Amino acid sequence: MAQMTMIQAITDAMRTELKNDENVLVFGEDVGQNGGVFRATEGLQDEFGEDRVFDTPLAESGIGGLAIGLALQGYRPVPEIQFFGFVYEVMDSISGQMARMRYRSGGHHTAPITVRAPFGGGVHTPEMHADSLEGLMAQQPGLKVVIPSTPYEAKGLLIAAIRDNDPVIFLEHMKLYRSFRGEVPEEAYTVEIGKAEVKKEGKDVTLIAYGAMVHASLKAAEELEKDGIDAEVIDLRTVSPIDYETVIESVKKTNRVVVVQEAQRQAGVAANVVAEIQERAILHLEAPVLRVAAPDTVYSFSDAEEVWLPNHRDIVEKVNTVINF
Amino acid sequence: MKHVLENVESQFEMFQILNEDGKIVNEDDMPDLSDEDLKELMRRMVYTRILDQRSIALNRQGRLGFYAPTAGQEASQLGSQFALEQEDFILPGYRDVPQLIWQGLPLYQAFLFSKGHFHGNQFPENLHALSPQIIIGAQYVQAAGVALGIKKRGKKNVAITYTGDGGTSQGDFYEGINFAGAYKAPAIFIVQNNRFAISVPVEKQTNAKTLAQKSVAAGIEGIQVDGMDVLAVYAVTKDARDRAINGEGPTLIETLTYRFGPHTMSGDDPTRYRTEELDNEWAKKDPLVRFRKFLESKKLWSEEDENKVIEEAKDDIKKAIKQAEEQPKQKVTDLIGNMYEELPSNLKEQMEIYKEKESK
Repeated sequence: MAQMTMIQAITDAMRTELKNDENVLVFGEDVGQNGGVFRATEGLQDEFGEDRVFDTPLAESGIGGLAIGLALQGYRPVPEIQFFGFVYEVMDSISGQMARMRYRSGGHHTAPITVRAPFGGGVHTPEMHADSLEGLMAQQPGLKVVIPSTPYEAKGLLIAAIRDNDPVIFLEHMKLYRSFRGEVPEEAYTVEIGKAEVKKEGKDVTLIAYGAMVHASLKAAEELEKDGIDAEVIDLRTVSPIDYETVIESVKKTNRVVVVQEAQRQAGVAANVVAEIQERAILHLEAPVLRVAAPDTVYSFSDAEEVWLPNHRDIVEKVNTVINF
Repeated sequence: MKHVLENVESQFEMFQILNEDGKIVNEDDMPDLSDEDLKELMRRMVYTRILDQRSIALNRQGRLGFYAPTAGQEASQLGSQFALEQEDFILPGYRDVPQLIWQGLPLYQAFLFSKGHFHGNQFPENLHALSPQIIIGAQYVQAAGVALGIKKRGKKNVAITYTGDGGTSQGDFYEGINFAGAYKAPAIFIVQNNRFAISVPVEKQTNAKTLAQKSVAAGIEGIQVDGMDVLAVYAVTKDARDRAINGEGPTLIETLTYRFGPHTMSGDDPTRYRTEELDNEWAKKDPLVRFRKFLESKKLWSEEDENKVIEEAKDDIKKAIKQAEEQPKQKVTDLIGNMYEELPSNLKEQMEIYKEKESK
C-alpha cells in the first residue's frame, strides 16, 4: 500500500473520481496549471484537460454560483475555496442556495457539490486563513461537514463526498497536509460520511475531537497513559451530522468526557456535543463534560497562535479535572 | 490624457422598434414574426395583465401570499421569454413568475409558490428553470454556471436570468457577468430597470448613465432597450440568443421599464417615493396600449380578441386557485424529508417527532 501525505491522498481522491465519473469537475482559483496553492490539484489539469479541471476568476461567490449552475446541468462540481477564511464571500451560495436546493425545489433539483477548502491554525498564515469555521457550516441544515484527520480518511471521505448527492463542505486542516504520511490504498474506496471512529480504545475517559485535535488528543492520551489513565479517543470525522451512537456508546463505557475543538468555545461543535451527551446519557456521567477550545476571540495573529491554539497539555489538564471530580 | 467615459456612455442608446403610438420607427430591425406570433404575444400580455390584477385581488382576500406585481413589465418579461426555446434555462428573480408560466409552469403551481407551498417549485420535467430567486443577484452567478454547463454539454441553448436595477449594484451581478464573459458562456443577463429598487431611484443606485454599459467592463455585449416595446425586447433577446448559441458569449440587456404597482403586496406604498407625474408619464408608455395600437393598425387585434383573452384568463385563474387551495397543506415532515437524499440520524429522530405531531 502507498504511503501518502494527506494532500497527496486528497489529490488521489480527486484523480480517482475524475476518472470514475465524467461529470466530476474540479475548479477554483489557481487549481489549473498551478495545481492549487497547496498543490492539491497537482497534475490534474494535465491528466484530465482544461475542460474538467480549470481556473476560475478570483471571486468566491462566483465560484459558488458556478458550482450551483454546473450542478443544475448534471455535473458533480468540486470547487475549491482557496482558504476557508474566505468563505464569508460565498456564504450565500453555500447556505442560501446549495444547502436549500433540494428542499426549495421539492427534490426537483439537487446540489451534489463538494466544496473543498484548507483551514486550521499553526502554520503562521496571515489573517482570515486559519479560522475554524466548521461551526458556521454545521449550523446550516442541508449541508454535510466533513473534516478528515488522516490521509486514509481524507481519500475515503473525499470520494464519499464527491459521490454524495447533497452538498458537502470538506475541510482540510493545513497543519495535517504534510506533517505525516499514512497508508492509503490505491483503489477507490469510501469512508462513510456521518460515522465517527474510535481512534484509540480506553476505559477511563473519552476524548472527542476532529481534525488536528485528534492528534493532540492522541498525544494527550499517551501522556495520560504514563499516569495510569486509559483514555479513549473518538474522531468525529463528520461534524454535521454527528455520529452520536458512537459517542454515547463510549460515554456509557468511560463515564467521563472531554470534548476538544480548535475553534472558539462559544456556540461551536463541542457545545453541541456536550448538550447531546447530557440529554442522552446524563445518568452515565460521573463528572461534568468539559471542553477544550480556543478563547472567544477572533483567530490570533500568528505571533500568538501557539498559545491561542488548544494543545495536548490543555487536554491533559481537563482530563485530570474530570477524573478527580 | 484620454477620458473615455462619455464616449462609452454615448454608445448606449435605447433600442426601439415601436414608439408610444404603436408606429414602427425601426423597420430594419423588425423581427421576423408571423401574424400568429404577433397575436400570441398580445394574448400573453393581456392574459398576464389580468393575472396580475387577479393576483393582487386574491392577495388582498388572503388567498395568495407573497406577490410582486408585474403590470408595466409585460413587454420586458414576455418579449424576452418569447425568444427562448423550451430547452433554454431560466433563472428568474422574484417578480419573474410570468416567464415561468409561459415557459410551462402550471398556473396553480405559481399560486402555490405565492402561498409558500413547496409543490409550487416542483417544476414539470419540460420546464428548465429555477424557482424565483429571493436573494438579489444570486441568480446571476448561478446563470454563469448553468451557461458554462450548457456549453460543456455542447447544447444549443442558453441560460437566461433576470434582475432589476438595484440588482446591478450587487457583487454577484459583476461576478456573474464576468464569469460568463471569461468562459464565453451562452448566457443572457436581463436587467429590468423599472427605475426603483423598492424605493431607491436608479439615480441613487449608481453613477453610470446606463446599466447596459456595465457590460463593457466585463468585456461582453450590452444593449439598452425600450422595455415597454415588446418587439424591441424580443428582437434584442433573439439576437443575444443567436449569438450565444453561436459561441459568441453572453449579453447584458437593460430594459427600460416601470412597475405600475407596488414593490410587493406586503405593505409597500409607492406614493412615498414616486410622484404622480412620473406614474402618468410611464402610463403613457404602457406596453399593452402600444402593441394593441400596432396590431389594430394591422387589423390583427380587435375588442373581441381582447375580451376572449380576458375571459380565458379569468376562467383559468378561477380553476387554478381552486386547484391550489385543494392541495394538501405542506407538512413539516415534507420539509424534513427534503433536506437530504437520505435522512441523517438527527433528522430521523425529528421525523418521528413530527410524524406524531402531524398525525393528530
